[in-house]
Amino acid sequence: MTINVIDKDGIFHIAIQGEMTIYTAVEQKNKLFECLKPDYELCIDLSAVSEIDSAGLQLLLWLKQEAPRLNLIHHSRAVVEVLELLNLASHFGDPIVLSSHWKTS
Amino acid sequence: MSEYDAALAIFMQETEELLAQMEYGLLGLEDNPGDSESINSVFRAMHTIKGTSGLFGFDDVVAFTHEVESVLDKVRRGERRIDAALISILLNCKDHAADLIKHSLETESAALPDALKATGADLIMQLAGTPAVSAKMAAASQPVDHEGQAEQAASASNHDNSGDNWLISLKFRQDALRNGIDPLSFISFLKKKGDIVAIQTLAPELPVGNQMDPESCYLHFNIIFHSELDKQAIADVFEFAEDDCDIRIIAPHSKVEHYLDLLQEQAGDDDNHVEKLGEMLINIGALTPNEVAAALQQQKQAWSQGSATAKPLGEILVEQQFTEQPVVAQALKKQQAAREKTIAEANYIRVDSAKLGQLINLVGELVISGAAMRLMVDRYGLSDVEEVAVGMNDLVSEIRDTALKLRMVAIGDTFSRFRRVVRDVSNDLHKQIELVITGGETELDKTVVEKINDPLTHLVRNALDHGIEPPEQRQASGKPAQGTVHLNAYHDSGHIVVQVADDGAGLDADKILAKAIASGLVTADQQLTKQEIFNLIFEAGLSTKEQLSNLSGRGVGMDVVRRNIEALRGSVSLDSIEGRGTTVTIHLPLTLAIIDGFMVETENERYIIPLGMIEECVEMNSSEWEIDTIQHYINLRGEVLPYLRLGDYFHNRSRHQGNEHRESLVVVRFGQAKVGLVVDQLHGEHQTVIKPLGKVFEQLQGISGATVLGNGNVALILDVQSLIQHAVKRKGPYAGAVTPH
Repeated sequence: MTINVIDKDGIFHIAIQGEMTIYTAVEQKNKLFECLKPDYELCIDLSAVSEIDSAGLQLLLWLKQEAPRLNLIHHSRAVVEVLELLNLASHFGDPIVLSSHWKTS
Repeated sequence: MSEYDAALAIFMQETEELLAQMEYGLLGLEDNPGDSESINSVFRAMHTIKGTSGLFGFDDVVAFTHEVESVLDKVRRGERRIDAALISILLNCKDHAADLIKHSLETESAALPDALKATGADLIMQLAGTPAVSAKMAAASQPVDHEGQAEQAASASNHDNSGDNWLISLKFRQDALRNGIDPLSFISFLKKKGDIVAIQTLAPELPVGNQMDPESCYLHFNIIFHSELDKQAIADVFEFAEDDCDIRIIAPHSKVEHYLDLLQEQAGDDDNHVEKLGEMLINIGALTPNEVAAALQQQKQAWSQGSATAKPLGEILVEQQFTEQPVVAQALKKQQAAREKTIAEANYIRVDSAKLGQLINLVGELVISGAAMRLMVDRYGLSDVEEVAVGMNDLVSEIRDTALKLRMVAIGDTFSRFRRVVRDVSNDLHKQIELVITGGETELDKTVVEKINDPLTHLVRNALDHGIEPPEQRQASGKPAQGTVHLNAYHDSGHIVVQVADDGAGLDADKILAKAIASGLVTADQQLTKQEIFNLIFEAGLSTKEQLSNLSGRGVGMDVVRRNIEALRGSVSLDSIEGRGTTVTIHLPLTLAIIDGFMVETENERYIIPLGMIEECVEMNSSEWEIDTIQHYINLRGEVLPYLRLGDYFHNRSRHQGNEHRESLVVVRFGQAKVGLVVDQLHGEHQTVIKPLGKVFEQLQGISGATVLGNGNVALILDVQSLIQHAVKRKGPYAGAVTPH
């Protein structure tokens, strides 16, 4: 699990790799908390998220609540499935691009 | 025929059956509105027609049936109550669907004529229009007790997707994640068990800032879940989460209070969420916007008064929720049973009736050549072949019976078609008429069934139109206001007997006789029994309204009815008691192809008598039976029995040659009449393949067909019915005194 943060034009570009689960939640939360600064937008690249569970989802909900502005981009298949299942796509309000490489589920 | 045409033919036949099924189901619902099986069969019919019409691109049919189907779906899910008005509309919808299909088949791809379009639009409006009214009515008439119904009706008018929608509220406790519970997995699992119509994910207690503990669970879910599972099964999904989650499952169609109760409970969390949940409930149609507004109002009041008052109500309602459980389980069981029945019903193969006819012909030939082989075996005395031949003979007769049974259908379907006729006619004429059907399981040949339909319709219509009196008149004559038309069928001596009986006014024998005399059918000095007088109305001369004013129409086309039935080698008779009702009885042969015959011989000529008509065979013994050779009677064990010498009849022998050889008497029966046929020799049972006689011989009296014997000879099949008539008529003028019973 790694989180890369690039600060660019007042936007944190964050790329989360690996799983977002109960096992990684504490570490990720601490890392992400550092990025929560007033006036800073968050742009999170989820393309490399291999697995996400309730704890990971909670983190995203929490970020949505905390960050002045949150953009989720490049949702991985695992993320999309969870957002669809819980009907949260509209809550986050980010456009989701479905990749053609995914087999229809 | 191209494959497409063949498919169309099947489509036509299938839709016809389905529509008949639908009508049957609807009429069943009229008697028993809660019958889920009937609702299901009506729904299935529309659904299947929609599906298959789609395949053929009959878009008009699809569009219309879709509307009907969605209404039926609501009925099926119990959101809309089915009542007489809706059934009437649905019956009209069925007719309209039939018209649409007919139109699509006849003029493929042509635009819908305006008339059809208008009818369709009108029906759809009627379909859509009623629920609002009925809901209002239900709410108005029983505002307290039937809130559930009002809610159901309201939901029906709101949204399509509601129905068996469970409302599941999950509030995971903070320790859930730490205890190894992953809420997501439960929801994924739930999804496999049914359909998640809507889901709301909430985290109302999610702490702000760094307070948030990523290993605590803050998630709440409200789920609208569509499934046929019972409450226990749904609860089982969350079994492992029980300790870490507050679970509430609200049954479909729970009273509004349940939802309100939930809304109230949510009030503790956040006003915003309550409103969201309210929105969701409106969306699935569980509640109306007004109700949610009221709930919010109520909730505010409850808060201001202290929520203590609201709580006990909630508890009582939760209890109610549990008592509701067995009811749901029962319903599910019934649904299951209905489904199984459908599967059993589907266990049919559709076979072209021409192929069946061919099979029966072949079996007929097999019977003949079997008989030929039998004859050879006998002739050459091959005793070791004998056993094999007997075995094969048995098999052949079994094959014959089975093959014939393939074409046998229960007459019940034909009968139940009249339920619609009775319903419509009684509505039109403002009469209350009940149709009673008995013996619907009686089987007869499909070809006969098809041909009997018209005469039967005629008879039933007559009974409805002219038999049954208007309610006032019935009550005045001391009869119940509701009249009864009784359709009955049963097997009797190789025939099927179909009866159409009504408990109406009956026929006036004197008037018929007067009319018959006036029209020259009979002469005034003829002595006629009541029975004979009644049967006069089957004569062609007695047929129009003007002739018989108060029996108007009774005679219309009765001669046609008789002709149709006689064409099937059947007979029709009528009995009536004035003021009590009329019964028309039709006798028909079971099959037109192969019969079990009894072979007799006279004057070296062989004849076949249908075995089912034979009562007994006795020796024609003058010392035992008192034979009246002049009037052709014998005294058979105290019973007066007319007899007929076949030799005299067919060979025009004027004088019987005396008793130089032993004669046998075959007693045959048709209906009530019994006659003895005197023959020289009895040959025993014989499987008889009926071959029709050529056109030249059609007019022959006493013979209904011929068959080919094993040795290539021809044997004539006797028409017992006409022989009996002949024998009884010949009784002469003295006969009236001693009628055989």
